[in-house]
Amino acid sequence: MILRSPLAQVLGRGSAKEGVHHWWVQRLTSVALVPLTVWFVVSILSLPSLDHATVAAWMGQLWTAVFLILLVLTAAWHSQLGVRVVVEDYVHGSGARALTLALVTFFHVVVAVAGVLAILKVALGGAA
Amino acid sequence: MTERPLSPHLSVYRMRRYTLLTSITNRATGLVLSAGLILLVYWLVAVASGESAYRGARHVLSLGVLKAVYVILLATFSYHLIAGIRHLIWDSGAGLERAQAKRSAAVVAVASLLLLAGLAWWALHGGGRAP
Repeated sequence: MILRSPLAQVLGRGSAKEGVHHWWVQRLTSVALVPLTVWFVVSILSLPSLDHATVAAWMGQLWTAVFLILLVLTAAWHSQLGVRVVVEDYVHGSGARALTLALVTFFHVVVAVAGVLAILKVALGGAA
Repeated sequence: MTERPLSPHLSVYRMRRYTLLTSITNRATGLVLSAGLILLVYWLVAVASGESAYRGARHVLSLGVLKAVYVILLATFSYHLIAGIRHLIWDSGAGLERAQAKRSAAVVAVASLLLLAGLAWWALHGGGRAP
């Protein structure tokens, strides 16, 4: 016998009106990533060498650092949104799903913070 | 409530359809690029860790196995970029007719292969750099 009312059974099952935000941010980040990723690939392939001096000098330029930070943040955000949807689709069971989603979020935050801090360190002259 | 349908309900799809193939490839390449993001940040951290640490990381990043990974990353980048632009065009409401979608799927396949070929050629002949 189900003691919960019909209303209580459907509450929380339907649209929570959060999908639009997810959808919109995924589009916003993808639009930003088109120029950012193309810039990055072109820049890397244009570098005369990948030794430390060349790469550090490149990363030390103001606009390089700006675009690199934007790239890392936007890519991490876009990736988090995408991986989240994959987990929601393929990982069943609320416990396993919540745990996987938490790990996915933590992981992306670590990647974003490490990337941004590394860029800032080089850009602000901390790389030995 | 426990009998709600669960995705992926693979049995309802007709496999080898361009709709299914382009969609699942976009998702798979996205996952590969997420893994590539780790490689990018590993490289950035190596640069920030100084010259000797970078030399060690560069040794790791030059391993033969990783060269295959770079080719895969270039290929997945090429596909995900072009397929993503197709999705953005769809989001504007354009190109959703079946004939148009079929044509754009072919355009995505050809354009991403051309982009990959161009990038791979550039990477190989762009001044003799070793990663």
